[in-house]
Amino acid sequence: MSSSLDQIFVTAKRWLLSWLAGTPDWIIQIASSLLNIFALLAVFLTLFALISVLERKILARMQNRYGPNRVGPFGLFQPIADGIKMLIKEDIVPARADRVVHFLAPVLIAAVAILTLGVIPYGRNMTPFAIDGGILFFFAVGSATELAVFMAGWGSNNKFSMLGAMRAIAQMFSYELPLIIAVLPVVMVVGSLTPDKIVAAQAQYTFGFVPRWFVFTPWGATAFILFFVSGLVESNRTPFDVPEGESEIVAGHMTEYSGFKYATFFMAEYLGMFAVSGLAVTLFLGGWHGPARALEIVPSYVWFFIKLSALLFVYIWLRGTLPRIRVDQMMNVAWKFMLPMAFTCVIAAAVWHYAGRGLRGWLWSLVVIAIVYTALSILLDTRRKFAPRAYRFAE
Amino acid sequence: MNSAAFVVIAILTLAAALATATLQKLMHAALCFAVALVGVAAFFLLLGAEFVGLVLVFVYIGAVAVLIVFTILLTRRDIGKDRGFNWGGVLVAVAVFCGLTWSILKTPSLSSVAPHIRALTVKRIGEALMTNYVWPLQCIGLLLTAALIGALILVMEERG
Repeated sequence: MSSSLDQIFVTAKRWLLSWLAGTPDWIIQIASSLLNIFALLAVFLTLFALISVLERKILARMQNRYGPNRVGPFGLFQPIADGIKMLIKEDIVPARADRVVHFLAPVLIAAVAILTLGVIPYGRNMTPFAIDGGILFFFAVGSATELAVFMAGWGSNNKFSMLGAMRAIAQMFSYELPLIIAVLPVVMVVGSLTPDKIVAAQAQYTFGFVPRWFVFTPWGATAFILFFVSGLVESNRTPFDVPEGESEIVAGHMTEYSGFKYATFFMAEYLGMFAVSGLAVTLFLGGWHGPARALEIVPSYVWFFIKLSALLFVYIWLRGTLPRIRVDQMMNVAWKFMLPMAFTCVIAAAVWHYAGRGLRGWLWSLVVIAIVYTALSILLDTRRKFAPRAYRFAE
Repeated sequence: MNSAAFVVIAILTLAAALATATLQKLMHAALCFAVALVGVAAFFLLLGAEFVGLVLVFVYIGAVAVLIVFTILLTRRDIGKDRGFNWGGVLVAVAVFCGLTWSILKTPSLSSVAPHIRALTVKRIGEALMTNYVWPLQCIGLLLTAALIGALILVMEERG
């Protein structure tokens, strides 16, 4: 019973495809891909609508106010109202803008976000786009976001847009390094770039009850935190939303966008957030595996979405808690702290592997990380150097 | 299926390449260049060389294309202006094309029948890099580190 519930979507897809039995192979292939794409879009656009209203509700709760509560029960129909509002808004393109590039930027950024969602295993046998180098695909396609942001900034022909785009690209480039290097230890330990194999490697239990998720090892926990923070930066979320800091540069690269194009940017930001969180779940939190053997009767995709929602809640929580970080501080953290820590994770994972992957390896990798962390915090401690603040200006 | 995909990708790639060569605005040409590179990567994916295709996208779209657009943005004052047609470039392109075609046709080791090779998986590439090609790999690593440090020194402010 539980296994049929677990595989209900896979069975449904097979049943739908069985209608096409007898047709040439390529039609079935295309139909299968289309079904995957349709399911992916349906699920994640619904999740986007849901999370946009939940985010406002949760933020409101944190700030002691009500939040949206007029449309539908508890304001749950708010996204529909928002969508209609966005659709009927006037679409303004600046007279001096590069019309083609201005139009293509939101299209590209949304396409990239949707493509990256495709390689994540959402449940047992439920990877929409199962390829050998799934992790590599995620980052390769994701790197096109920078080009899309540039197109938005340049195509708008506006100083604020261009400055915002340059800020965004600078921070995406800087944080892409810790993001990718934090993935390396997992890839090294599993020995594969395939998301399904990474999930399968986290299936067992230590002592029979502690799940073997990578987040429970010292290197895994460190890499997870690095990955999560870098993911936060990559999706331009608070406290790293400098590119669209409204008090400084209006809305950054989105300044000249209105109506549904703006909504597309907004959507791409959320889809990117889902993708990064989904990859974090896959890499470090055991993917679709439940946390205990007894709980495996709950379908795998339910576990995946529970973990995903938990991460998304942390995103919203951070947004409600932290103020925006200064640009130079952000860059300093990336290059001086996060990058060395990410390299340390790689070394600690190697130590863990060669010390036998048991308790001994666990302790030794903890020692490696603790030493580097202490050394970095002593080296980067700026509190001892009090001095009058020196202002520097561009010459 | 594969040949149909090949034709579609080939048309897209060639169209993008043609646009790169002929578009009036330099920035448009740079963006079309990125599209052409995606097409080339798609060829690799079609041939089953997944790793090469993905790395091509990763490096050329994620880094080189962004580098090109920024170079254009930061070094040229005449981005908005139209550029003239470059006949010298046509000459060079034709010469390179003829030279490549000639040398490919003259290569004796190439057989017209496709040889049967094992799929080029990430694992095989990794093994090759870590065994036979470990020295070139280390040298490239050293070179890239030197380039990184050089870039840092270039932007470091002079204290005085």
